[in-house]
Amino acid sequence: MRKSVIGALAVSTMLSPVVASAQTEVQFWHAFTGRLGELVAAQVEEFNASQSDYVVVQSHKGNYSETLNSGIAAFRAGEQPHILMVFEVGTATMMSAQGATRPVFEVMAQSGATFDPEAYIGSVKGYYTTTDGEMLSLPFNSSTPVLWVNRNAFEAAGVDPDTDLSTWQAVGDTLEALKAGGSECPLVTAWQSWIHLENFSAYHDVPFASQDNGFAGLDTELMLNGAAQVAHLTAMGEWAQDGKFIYTGRRNEGGANFRSGECALFTESSAGYAGIKAEAEFDFDVRPLPYWEGVGNGPQNTIIGGASLWVMEGHEEDEYAGVGEFLAFLSSSDVQAQWHQDTGYLPITSAAGDATRAAGFYEENPGTDIAVMQMTANEPTANSKGLRLGSFDQIRGIIDEELEAIWAGDKTAQEAMDSAKQRGDALLRRFEAANG
Amino acid sequence: MEKRVKFRGWLLPALLIAPQVVISAVFFFYPAGQAIWQSLFIPDPFGLSMQYVGLGNFEFLLSDPFYRASFVTTAIFSILVTLCSMIPALFLAVIADRLIKGSGVYRTLLIWPYAVAPAVAGVLWLFMFNTRVGVVSWYLGQLGYDWNHVLNGGEAMGLVVIASAWGRISYNFLFFFAALQAVPKSVIEAAAIDGAHFWRRFWTIVLPLLSPTTFFLLVVNIVYSFFETFGVIHTITGGGPQQTTTILVYKVYSDGFVSQDLGSSSAQSVILLIVVGLLTVLQFKFIEKRVHY
Repeated sequence: MRKSVIGALAVSTMLSPVVASAQTEVQFWHAFTGRLGELVAAQVEEFNASQSDYVVVQSHKGNYSETLNSGIAAFRAGEQPHILMVFEVGTATMMSAQGATRPVFEVMAQSGATFDPEAYIGSVKGYYTTTDGEMLSLPFNSSTPVLWVNRNAFEAAGVDPDTDLSTWQAVGDTLEALKAGGSECPLVTAWQSWIHLENFSAYHDVPFASQDNGFAGLDTELMLNGAAQVAHLTAMGEWAQDGKFIYTGRRNEGGANFRSGECALFTESSAGYAGIKAEAEFDFDVRPLPYWEGVGNGPQNTIIGGASLWVMEGHEEDEYAGVGEFLAFLSSSDVQAQWHQDTGYLPITSAAGDATRAAGFYEENPGTDIAVMQMTANEPTANSKGLRLGSFDQIRGIIDEELEAIWAGDKTAQEAMDSAKQRGDALLRRFEAANG
Repeated sequence: MEKRVKFRGWLLPALLIAPQVVISAVFFFYPAGQAIWQSLFIPDPFGLSMQYVGLGNFEFLLSDPFYRASFVTTAIFSILVTLCSMIPALFLAVIADRLIKGSGVYRTLLIWPYAVAPAVAGVLWLFMFNTRVGVVSWYLGQLGYDWNHVLNGGEAMGLVVIASAWGRISYNFLFFFAALQAVPKSVIEAAAIDGAHFWRRFWTIVLPLLSPTTFFLLVVNIVYSFFETFGVIHTITGGGPQQTTTILVYKVYSDGFVSQDLGSSSAQSVILLIVVGLLTVLQFKFIEKRVHY
């Protein structure tokens, strides 16, 4: 229904020259379907209704990878949208594409829309800004990993569901107790590289890659074979061998096992909230992601996953003014607070978080603020600002393969991570050669 | 006069083969040329710049042990898919050929899976073998076998082979069935009168008479397993675990279209072009000699 209204609007814009000259069209490509797609459409509709100078036209272009690839293909054909949604893994690719993108801080300065970079939460913003603090893309949907607890599964195994789970040491003891109590699936995870390596490194304030995780230059090398990471993966590998950690796949396959009530603990994005709330027929809790006591400098802060909005080059100047207006609208605290409460994604501005708290949302939905607190507990360091590595989608694939070798018992954690570093570095050198 | 005849003889054939030449040029020679050209560069995804690297892309590929291993993976995968799709198809065709009543129903049912798109077939098999909710993996679990194709490379390979071969059985069945119908009844009856039992007749008469069809299917199935199975692999394993199901074409697809590394992807296409060319020559040179037309 909404789509047809927007479609009709777009068609009428094209058909009647009078309207077309009055309203400038802004194309927005995104990767959301279902409930999220509806919410994005609603945001766009609200913006279009709020003013008469610009019309934003939103289009769904497939999943994250497909959206990015459509944007790239469209740019090669000279038909790129004004705004393209790119997942965090594609950040380095977009940053290196100078001449294809226009930094958000420039767009905002030119458009004259109100824009205060300080309003954005540091650990969200940090992922998408230069080392000089200039914002390149607008954070849109961001989440961070947390620990989900199935209280009923704990009780069934005779373990106190309120037991301390703040450290991996404590989790290790709990897994032992759950297993002894007959649990078939004490621990399961989603997005293993994102949670157990990328976030693990940031959370313990140890480097994932050299050159400030790639922020300071393209000549970066992976450092994920450090002592802290290897110790964690060794423990996880032992848990996998003992049947305490059940591996289900590279993406969020584990969600089905957790939501069905089979698994007791689940490390997954905070944005898993909507799905778990809708499907789980058991009492669940959200806890902060555990850390290893005495390892690195934990708990520092976790980093985000999700997507940001990039502005593409090659359009008329007055159209960029519309882009600026739209991005300012998206960042406004009302829109952000609503988005945060509807989806479980993080609020991107402190004001949106405060508004949500003031509205009593966190009291009604306990645990939904844990992700925000975990992200904002400490000022991000060079190790916890985020990651900016070229070909990172491929590197994640390599990491997934090596992690699978650990879970299967084919390799030790050290062997696997040494191999991941060697293979990943080869891709980083290629990326450097292509973009140097 | 003589000159005019030659001219006419040249124009008409040229005109007649022109559509094929144009199609080959547009859809084969031009893209193949592009692939060869691009394999010498590392371009950035947006097409803003290209770095000339000579044979650097090939060096990068051939020094990667996982890429070298994927040749072996591809060979194993192709042989298994070809065998698993041809042998059951031949068996089913022979059985269906003996039916007197209701062969139409069997035929329709056996051809059905061919209508299922590879990616959909992949998802179907994935559901059945899902490590937690799959029907088959549950029964295997009851029998005491812990199925986990997510971590076990052998099981993953088995699953993608079955899923790839399954739809193909229908296609092969159709050809075998048609070929069986064309085997002259008189020859078989003569052999039967001489006292040859069914399987002996099959080995000594039917199978040799089927050899042109078998050869055709062999070539077509190997080409299929090389080029048309990445939908299945993408949906079931994504090439994992540890690249045990990454065949050459899947790597071309994932490096080029998912990872936007067009230089490496082009170099892989060139290597693949050479491999498939050699393979086809070998097939025609050695196997075709054993075919009786």
